[in-house]
Amino acid sequence: MLKAKVYVTIKQSVLDPQGVAVQGALHSMGFQEVESLRIGKYMEVELNTDDRQEAEDRLKVMCEKLLANTVVEDYRYELEG
Amino acid sequence: MRFAVLVFPGSNCDIDCYKAVEQTVGEPVDYVWHTATDLSPYDAILVPGGFSYGDYLRCGAISRFAPVMNEVAKAAEQGKFILGICNGFQILTEAGLLPGALRRNESMKFRCHDSVLKVVNNDTPFTRHYEEGQEIVIPIAHGEGNYYCDEETLQKLRDNKQIVFTYSGNPNGSVGDIAGICNERGNVLGMMPHPERAVNSLLGSEDGKAMFTSIIQTWRDTHGAASVR
Amino acid sequence: MAQQVSAKEPTAAQIAEHRLYEQMGVSDSEYDLICSFMGRKPNYTEIGVFSVMWSEHCAYKNSKPLLRRFPTSGPRVLMGPGEGAGIVDIGDNQAVVFKIESHNHPSAVEPFQGAATGVGGIIRDIFSMGARPVAILNSLRFGRLESDRVKYLFEHVVSGIAGYGNCIGIPTVGGEVVFDESYEGNPLVNAMCVGIIDHDKIQRGVAKGVGNPVFYVGPPTGRDGIHGATFASVELTEESEANRTAVQVGDPFMEKLVMESCLELINSGIVLGIQDMGAAGLTCSSAEMASKAGNGLELYLDQVPQREEGMTAYEMMLSESQERMLFVVEPKHEEQAREIFERWGVICAKVGKVTDDGRLKLLHHGEVVGDMPVHALVDECPVYNKPSAEPAYFAEQAAVDTTRYEEVKDLGGALKQIMGSPSLASKAWVYDQYDYMVRTSTAVRPGSDAAVVTVDGTRKALAMTTDCNGRYVYLDPETGGKIAVSEAARNIVCSGAEPLAITDNLNFGSPEKPEIFWQMERAVDGMAEACRVLNAPVIGGNVSLYNENAKGAIFPTPVVGMVGLIHDIDHITTQGFKAEGDHVYLLGETFAELGGSEFQSVMHGVSEGRPPVLDLNTEKKLLSGVLTAIQSGFVRSAHDVSEGGVAAALAESCISGGVGAVVQLDTELRNDVALFSESQSRIVLSVSPEHTSNLEQLLKEAGVPFAAIGRVGGSELNIRINGASAVQEPVEVLKAVWEDAIPCRMK
Repeated sequence: MLKAKVYVTIKQSVLDPQGVAVQGALHSMGFQEVESLRIGKYMEVELNTDDRQEAEDRLKVMCEKLLANTVVEDYRYELEG
Repeated sequence: MRFAVLVFPGSNCDIDCYKAVEQTVGEPVDYVWHTATDLSPYDAILVPGGFSYGDYLRCGAISRFAPVMNEVAKAAEQGKFILGICNGFQILTEAGLLPGALRRNESMKFRCHDSVLKVVNNDTPFTRHYEEGQEIVIPIAHGEGNYYCDEETLQKLRDNKQIVFTYSGNPNGSVGDIAGICNERGNVLGMMPHPERAVNSLLGSEDGKAMFTSIIQTWRDTHGAASVR
Repeated sequence: MAQQVSAKEPTAAQIAEHRLYEQMGVSDSEYDLICSFMGRKPNYTEIGVFSVMWSEHCAYKNSKPLLRRFPTSGPRVLMGPGEGAGIVDIGDNQAVVFKIESHNHPSAVEPFQGAATGVGGIIRDIFSMGARPVAILNSLRFGRLESDRVKYLFEHVVSGIAGYGNCIGIPTVGGEVVFDESYEGNPLVNAMCVGIIDHDKIQRGVAKGVGNPVFYVGPPTGRDGIHGATFASVELTEESEANRTAVQVGDPFMEKLVMESCLELINSGIVLGIQDMGAAGLTCSSAEMASKAGNGLELYLDQVPQREEGMTAYEMMLSESQERMLFVVEPKHEEQAREIFERWGVICAKVGKVTDDGRLKLLHHGEVVGDMPVHALVDECPVYNKPSAEPAYFAEQAAVDTTRYEEVKDLGGALKQIMGSPSLASKAWVYDQYDYMVRTSTAVRPGSDAAVVTVDGTRKALAMTTDCNGRYVYLDPETGGKIAVSEAARNIVCSGAEPLAITDNLNFGSPEKPEIFWQMERAVDGMAEACRVLNAPVIGGNVSLYNENAKGAIFPTPVVGMVGLIHDIDHITTQGFKAEGDHVYLLGETFAELGGSEFQSVMHGVSEGRPPVLDLNTEKKLLSGVLTAIQSGFVRSAHDVSEGGVAAALAESCISGGVGAVVQLDTELRNDVALFSESQSRIVLSVSPEHTSNLEQLLKEAGVPFAAIGRVGGSELNIRINGASAVQEPVEVLKAVWEDAIPCRMK
């Protein structure tokens, strides 16, 4: 059993209105040091395999096909276990 | 001519699309379930608005893998008319049948109100009954209608006259004020505003009627000879 | 972890010895009564089940004597209070189903989910009757729109409503939003749903037919919203804290699937009984369904779909997980039912059986873990006649002269201040977040007197509104109650509809306080009388008590949700002036009545004195005269005169119509009083010139006092009083003030 952590974020070149709103809120609360903030999605995926290479290959396809929309989003993942 | 209105779990403008076809052109129309594997009886396919699969993960992201979407791709290939409205537009971009993506509105809020659209291209099967540059009132109702594509794609859309509708008064932050686009061939159109909600003056506007009558006219022009014979 | 919690469940003897029932809201005498019905001491699960069945929410133990005062029947009423929602005939074998319900406390704790699940719950009440939900309304109250907390609550309640209604695809067409200090810390979130049904499709929540299977539909049960008392009564550990989830989370996508599949099941004609699992979830739905059929029910808790591991019987029975339903069919229809839910991808599990022994029996892990007489659960909760006492303020307020303030001379300025007060200002910031057009039946959108939704396939339409002025009810509960019903009726009539019936949401403070109970009594009496005179029976509703904040009780707020029938879509009327040259009429009489008015609050910062008087016979004549005038085709626009008086009513008609008006008022009142008095039973009409004599003739015959006060036209609202200019403001300026008030505060 392998566990993957998948992070999906809005591409740097694309406006992230949620991130902008939260950044503004932090500034108004006095956290002036916040330079930038981007909001993304975090997913935990448990894979019924012990083959890391296979898991990684399949994860990449999952991300490309469903978990992220690569027109506007970037993704990365970490494999554990 | 026969229309299909696709139904995904969570579609909620399917009934409105069905009613609009009945009220504007009176042609046969069927609801087609997301699991269908044959769209051959249909000449026009409406992908309705709503919150398919709850819009969970991303709007349209899960629906695009429904079995019926393979058939939609085939139909597009065959030159049939495919109109995606609101969530339907989102599904068509996720499926890669139209370029770009729809992001959260710049205001971060769902917005529902009448919007004034400019008909940028009236040379499509969906818009021939409008004048070029005509301003029409069609309502919007969406939280993620903020159209995005990169500069290169935007230029391509412009060069190929794929931008069909733009907003007068951008409600959501879309690049180039884009409200609706078509594919290069012109037979697949996606738009955030709801023409099916603008077919009855009692409910506010009739400006959406011409989209449905345009489709019929185009179909008759191309199928007329065959059906007369 | 969970096993630890269950291991800690106290025994029946411990519950008695430590009086643990008290923390569940069960009194000593109620506990003794429960023991006598049981013939023994109840175990932990059983006392939990009794505690929710005998709560105010399920048993109305404090409000029942008052609710009996309402008229609940009438020639059109097909189903009155008692089922999920009331039903009224609208002709052609069709009927309208509607109900209002509160989600005040959950919304105060978690505004987004609280409001969302409130909407979800009321929608289930409607479709569980077999009806197709066609519209949602919301009556909302918040503190003054100034503090960050109030803004937070307001913003998230609105987005919670939007998130749920938009996703499920039912238009949110109307309602009201009021801001007043009294609701600080205790917002009111009342949601109303309206549905349409054919007579022969009406369902009841009954467990019919001994031996028939009982099915559970919807997502698995978790530990959502379990009575806070649970954890107050076991020793709190870190583990149990982690399990404690008082906030229910709504899933509108799931509800859409449950709704469509249940409606398909109902339309297939095989359902014997169906009910939603609302408050107190499985407990309330199973006990009530058994009771209504005079039967018993066995529940196999191991079969209940569960989201979390190791759930106890207590937790399953009391969970308020959302989007769940319970239904009964004959065994021969089991497969047909299962197929429908499978197609929609909705879980459907057989969890019980109808029995003939009149008992609710719970089986878990092969043991009987609960065995209670159904009639005791449903019918035997004691009803209390609470002591009532007139509060001191009531007599004191009688002496207040509401015209004692210095005369306001800048009347245009006052009008702008009032139009910019958040309670009166445009609510577009709110309703633009709601999809009010989906289903393509919304003929009158939010922002007019009442919303109007057409009935597909007919010339008919339904008008709907919610109304209540809590300030009036506080100052004089009986009059305030009458006004709430009358104003709702006036809004309905101004839209071209005949009032059919009401649903009410009685939001009050703690009934333990005699002064609060007095408010309840008087308000209910006023409402009941108005319902009788105006032929609008009460077909259902909800009671929300204990609405208090640090400063005391909220204003008593018995919200009235009313639905009316428009016989022909040609009668649909809106508040906006339509055409230059139309004549403007003011119907009704204006008195010096500023008690509880918006003017008093905005200009003088107080709410005091007596509210406007209301004569129900005068009101009745007005309503019938105006409805006849509208149905005769004489009326171009109609608008109820309410908060802000005739000045605000005229301004609203100008803004909505995008046109000005020149008006002359002849009066013996002081100018500011004449413009801003909130005298009742008044309506502003505009009429095309060719219909003026017909209208005047009709109003004379109907005994409705009226004055021709001016003409529609120009780009200003120009009001002259006794020949002298009083208000002269460009409509654009009034509109800007009115439109910007809420967005500016929410930036």
